[in-house]
Amino acid sequence: MRPMNALSNTLRAGLALSALFLLTLPSWGQKLPSVTLRDLNGKSVNTASLAQNGAPTLVCFWATWCSPCKRELNAYMEHYAEWQKRTGVRIVAVSIDDARSTSRVAPYVSSVDWDYQVLLDPNKEFARAMQVINVPHTFLVDGKGQIVWQHNNYADGDEDEVFQQLLKYGRK
Amino acid sequence: MRATRWGACCAGLLVGLLVGPAGVVVAQEEGAPAEEGAPGRITGNVQLLWQSYAPDSLIGAVVPPEKSALNAYGNLIYTRGNFSAGMRYESYLNAVVGFPGRFKGTGVGYRFARYSDPEVGLDITLGNFYEQFGSGIVLRSYEERALGIDNALDGFRLILTPVPGLELKALIGKQRLDFNDGLILGPGLVRAVDAQLSLNDLREAWSVRDLRVNVGGNFVSRFQAGSTIAKDTLVLTLPQNVAAWSYRLGVQRGRWSGNVEYATKINDPSADNQYVYRKGEALLVDLAYAQRGFGWVLNAKTVDNMSFRSDRNVLLFDLPINYIPAITKQHTYNLAATLYPYATVVAGESSIGGELYYTVPKETWLGGRYGTRVTLNVAAANGLDTTRLQGVEGATMGFQRNSWGFGPSKFVRDVNVLLERKVNADLKLKYAYFYLEFNTLATPVTTTFKGLVYADIHVLEAQWKTAPKQSLRAEVQGLFTEQDKGDWATALVEYTWSPHWFASVMDQYNYGNSDAGARVHYLYGAVGYTDGPHRLAVGYGKRREGIFCIGGVCRAVPASNGFEVTFTSSF
Repeated sequence: MRPMNALSNTLRAGLALSALFLLTLPSWGQKLPSVTLRDLNGKSVNTASLAQNGAPTLVCFWATWCSPCKRELNAYMEHYAEWQKRTGVRIVAVSIDDARSTSRVAPYVSSVDWDYQVLLDPNKEFARAMQVINVPHTFLVDGKGQIVWQHNNYADGDEDEVFQQLLKYGRK
Repeated sequence: MRATRWGACCAGLLVGLLVGPAGVVVAQEEGAPAEEGAPGRITGNVQLLWQSYAPDSLIGAVVPPEKSALNAYGNLIYTRGNFSAGMRYESYLNAVVGFPGRFKGTGVGYRFARYSDPEVGLDITLGNFYEQFGSGIVLRSYEERALGIDNALDGFRLILTPVPGLELKALIGKQRLDFNDGLILGPGLVRAVDAQLSLNDLREAWSVRDLRVNVGGNFVSRFQAGSTIAKDTLVLTLPQNVAAWSYRLGVQRGRWSGNVEYATKINDPSADNQYVYRKGEALLVDLAYAQRGFGWVLNAKTVDNMSFRSDRNVLLFDLPINYIPAITKQHTYNLAATLYPYATVVAGESSIGGELYYTVPKETWLGGRYGTRVTLNVAAANGLDTTRLQGVEGATMGFQRNSWGFGPSKFVRDVNVLLERKVNADLKLKYAYFYLEFNTLATPVTTTFKGLVYADIHVLEAQWKTAPKQSLRAEVQGLFTEQDKGDWATALVEYTWSPHWFASVMDQYNYGNSDAGARVHYLYGAVGYTDGPHRLAVGYGKRREGIFCIGGVCRAVPASNGFEVTFTSSF
């Protein structure tokens, strides 16, 4: 049995470390982590390079088995041309389908005519690095490469809020 | 002892971060760029699941002695330049019903340190990591938290990219087996290497070609201290080192793409195969075509004795080294998803499947004003085509496979179609039909019936935009079968008020059960609030006994009755 004071010392050390982190948190921005994924053509894409210079990027995690995810990305598609014109946004749809359904991604995307860059994350490496728990989960990256907004789940009408955020961070 | 101290330290860290996420969110919403010379950045997430349990003899509800249970997870990743380190703090106080009951206590279940420099093509990880080679048929470590599945490796991984297009991986480690105030590893050692070559990335001129080719191969070896077992009149020596390997090829040209992977495993007597010495084999093939408004995919898969674990004596969800996906589609409608979900029969099966997507053009009779979407999906799996061996050979080798094709034993038939149509700017309708033949002997999802279940499922869904940012969604479902528990009906109403609120009520009713006392309503209601990446939901009602599946892996969840609170947050 370990003495209680040893436990409390380590607990205190943890609390002190966390206080140190919290003091510096307000100055920390987030950027997209570096993970190598493949697109629907089998081409390697480093996720750190997804952000656009001077225009926003929406990174949307989804799966073919996730109904709200498909509703979200189909809803965005109805506004995509206008959003691009007004804010310069590019949408990147990251599929977390695993080996069971990865092969369904390309035919589905074509059939619904998504004009997005689609990436495959079959073992959720990028999703984990982005702290995604459930899909859909959407991140907005500004033109400086900073993650400035994120949203979990999808309800009809959420696209209005996305557009407001795009106007805030989009090309002026 | 060391792991517990790690846990106490990280508990303090987590407390600090749980107190402070509001500050973090403010920082992100302001969009403040990282200042020059900042010490690094930290990201994280928190997930809580709390359930209470009340007696309910009508549904046979489970009531653990503690009357309530909590699963909690806090995840942190610290990144500075090319260096990152992270950990996941886990609590099972006690584990919620349906989770492995042996998960107990609080501590660190995952921790790692990683240096990754894409410029020089070097990536080193110490501690825990997840990995997948090819389709995962030989090696996949992954987490499906909702099912309590986590076979993370704990050891060392090196990834090298010596030239663009060539990726080499090497790893060694043990796998996560259990959790008791900290990580508990299985006994076996996993050693593995993988090479992936993307031909088009080798030369600048090839990168723009229409034809893209990727090839790969891997070798995985498990070491577990040997022993002998007695079988019939024989004393058998079990191999200590078991190897498996696979080759894969992916080709794409224009609208077409195809993938094939062949895997094999040397003799691996185990609890899964009744300790026979046959080698394992698997062949996975898929072919897809995609054009605007239309696409299809065909899949074929045969797996024979490919269960591969880092402990030969465990079963079910423990210590899998590889992942064998199910051929069937992962359904989302309640009755189709939870009553008869198919999971791959790891001892062996042969299967084919396919899916077709078509959008009927708008401004046509069938397409209507906005176009009609049609999805057709089929899947079929049988047992292997085999001949059972006799005598000593039968005891040591079991059977021989005659072909890659179907054997006589039917495992599943699943044919389903989904029609989606937007009627006007405010109303969308969906209709789905499923035809199911399901062998409950091959996939034992129920204890009340053994044999083939024949079922028809009809689903009608309507989504009505009631006001700007407000939407009402309703589903009516019926499952009709003569077997097992008979007919079921489900009704669901969900109201969402973007961007924050949702409320839903669902009733599942087993009105066709031949046992009149089992014709029970399972009524469950929930309300939730979402604010950006933070979500809180509170539910109350009866949770039906059933099978909960993700990605072709399923876990049986007993019936329960009570409150459920879930909270998730990412920062």
